[in-house]
Amino acid sequence: MVASNRFFKLGAILTAWGLIAGNPLQASTGSTAAKIDWASKTVEFLSFGDPSMQVIVFGVVLIGLNCGLMGGYIVTRRLAMFGDTLSHAVLPGIAVGYSLSQAKNNWSLMLGATLSGFAGVWIISLLTRHTKIKMDSAMGIILSGFYALGICLISYLQKSSGGGMANLENYLFGSLVGLSQDDLFPILLCLGLVISAFVFLSKELLVTGFDPGYAKSIGLPVGLLEFSLSALLAFCIVSSLQIIGVVLVTALLIIPAASASLITAKMSRLLLLSGILGAVSGFIGCFVSFLKAGLPAGPVITLCSAFIFLALLFLHPARGIIPLWIRTLRRSQKIRLENTLKACYQVLEDSSFKQDSFPQTLLSKRRRKSDGEMEGEINALVRHGYATRVVSPSEGHSPLPSETRIALTPSGWEVACRIIRNHRLWELYLTQEASYAPDHVHDDAEKIEHLIGEKTIRQLERILSNPRLDPHGKLIPSQADIDRGLSHTNFPLTEP
Amino acid sequence: MKQVEEFLIGPWASPELFSWNLQVFIMGCLVCICCALIGTFVCLRRMALLGDAISHGILPGIVLAYIFTGSLSLLPMWTGACLAGLACGVSIQWLHTQTPLKEDAAMGLTFTAFFAAGMVLLGLNAENIHLDTACILYGEIGLIPLEPDWVILGTNLGNQSLWSMGLICFFTLLCTLVFYKFLLVTSFDLSLAKSLGIPVNIVQYGLMLLLALVVVASFEAVGVILVLAMMILPPTSMSFLCDRLPMVLWYCLPLSMLYSLGGIYLAYGLNFPISASIALTAVVIFVPCCLLGPKGGVFSGIVQSKIGKNMGR
Repeated sequence: MVASNRFFKLGAILTAWGLIAGNPLQASTGSTAAKIDWASKTVEFLSFGDPSMQVIVFGVVLIGLNCGLMGGYIVTRRLAMFGDTLSHAVLPGIAVGYSLSQAKNNWSLMLGATLSGFAGVWIISLLTRHTKIKMDSAMGIILSGFYALGICLISYLQKSSGGGMANLENYLFGSLVGLSQDDLFPILLCLGLVISAFVFLSKELLVTGFDPGYAKSIGLPVGLLEFSLSALLAFCIVSSLQIIGVVLVTALLIIPAASASLITAKMSRLLLLSGILGAVSGFIGCFVSFLKAGLPAGPVITLCSAFIFLALLFLHPARGIIPLWIRTLRRSQKIRLENTLKACYQVLEDSSFKQDSFPQTLLSKRRRKSDGEMEGEINALVRHGYATRVVSPSEGHSPLPSETRIALTPSGWEVACRIIRNHRLWELYLTQEASYAPDHVHDDAEKIEHLIGEKTIRQLERILSNPRLDPHGKLIPSQADIDRGLSHTNFPLTEP
Repeated sequence: MKQVEEFLIGPWASPELFSWNLQVFIMGCLVCICCALIGTFVCLRRMALLGDAISHGILPGIVLAYIFTGSLSLLPMWTGACLAGLACGVSIQWLHTQTPLKEDAAMGLTFTAFFAAGMVLLGLNAENIHLDTACILYGEIGLIPLEPDWVILGTNLGNQSLWSMGLICFFTLLCTLVFYKFLLVTSFDLSLAKSLGIPVNIVQYGLMLLLALVVVASFEAVGVILVLAMMILPPTSMSFLCDRLPMVLWYCLPLSMLYSLGGIYLAYGLNFPISASIALTAVVIFVPCCLLGPKGGVFSGIVQSKIGKNMGR
């Protein structure tokens, strides 16, 4: 129950987003009356009172699921434009099938469409195999040629039958009007075929898709599998045409699968996700086009799936571009902080830890930065509570930046010690255990010091039997040194 | 015989029909010529489907330009379409390089989304826009003579659409002639082009802009899908007849007349939409070229291999 509530909330948010993004003028001028109208329409839609409404929503969700599943294979096999070509190539078949049955008889129409789709695919393979025409040109020729033929036939039939076949044009853009229960049967059948093929032949399809040569060598009927997959694709396209139309069925095949492929690379998960995304965008698209009369269903469904794609591309917590960008930013900030702290430690070390604080100029010399840049880095340290600026009591006025003295706080001292320890331990490890030359280890340690965890440090310490000196003869601060804190009574650190 | 004669004279029988069909014929020729010129280079670069994608992707630009300016004149529509086409091309490239998506998926995703956005914008503003949705898909070249005349200083120069198409055609021809060497080298050998100091990216984007211009100009006449036929079929058919690029380009001129004439007769005889008939004529001409063409046609290949075998003996 909670889950379904959440789902509807998400749907409503996405819908609102789609409407606002799609129609800035009307959204901004929308009055209260319009809002109430929307609300009542939403209730009407979600209650599914109208039986024809039930059929429409059911049908759209089914083709979304169907195309999403099929699309998983199309996208992973890089056949996206092939799907587009196939969807245009079925048009003459629809016209012929229609004229043969003289009615909106599903079966002759579907047979005609499937056959003409096959003819198109066959001619493409002939053209690319036997002539010098490249794949993209061949697809373009078939796409536009079959399409022109289809347009000619449809217009001829419409004129000769005196306008009795007006709904043939629905196959160009799709339409939800007049969808009956009989129309759902082929979709259900296709869904059944697709699911059973994917369940029973999952291994075979996987191996033929990713490595046809290997599949052939283990004795799989690769040609037959490919053929049945494109037959299934043709059937899937044909059964979806009435709802979404020739031009945009490609969208429903590609976009959910592409969205899923952003998130997962595992085939079974990708198929499942892409089916679900297809169904969800079908549902939302159906809802939106119900809210506003005159909005064609196919384009709205396409836009919904495109919005879902964009949302996943930019906002997905693990792989989205914006979270990734934020993480990178945070990490580089952390590394900058740690590098400054490390420099602080080294400055202190140069003075043999005689004093608690040190002048800023030494630090900027160490970091090879200008005073201005250093100022920013020290500000960051102060903000994070790692260091303080020491004002000597003798001076009444605030000192010049170059005269400022810096002191590390206990937490700053701890982090600085850890980083130095990580760096030097790693250098020692590389020289002792991996036989690196001592002058080759610095760059590697420079990277790993920020990433290495406490557990690995314990291991390193055990392997190197708690060393005190690094390869360059400098002291490696131990846990005891860190715990003792920085105060000149404790230093210089005890020599081993 | 009499029937054939009647059929041939049919479209030109009366002065009204003659002037009407002449305008359609000229428009068809102009569209075919500039599409073929651009299409040759597009095909050479194996970007045929990118042309398709961009021709779909310009729709939201056209609709937005129409909403904002309220006119069907070429300049705002072209600006909108170029921006949308460019956005489409850039997002395809970006998705292809910056995300795990492959090029074909990026292409299919982008152009369908753009096209759908255009359709939704059309649907939302249906009462203000008189762009027929079917017209987007297959154009209305038959209605070109209805466009208003272009009058300068009291002189009636004739149909406005024809003039603008003619200018674009001339511009395309001019660009092809002037930048021929650049286009040639970048199409065939990218690394040579780079080593010669040709600005490869600028040539690429220039071609894209020209493509957008041609697609927008032809859009009204032949729609977004048939423009693909006009781009791909002439160079592909001609490549079976001759194997030198300048010849392929020059042969596009008579070929486009043939397409246009065939389209008019097909439409007249069988009552088809003219734009689709032109595309269909193009396919009909493509078939014998592909089968019998001396340069790599299917049958010539068979004959040559037989001759080769005989000589081998």
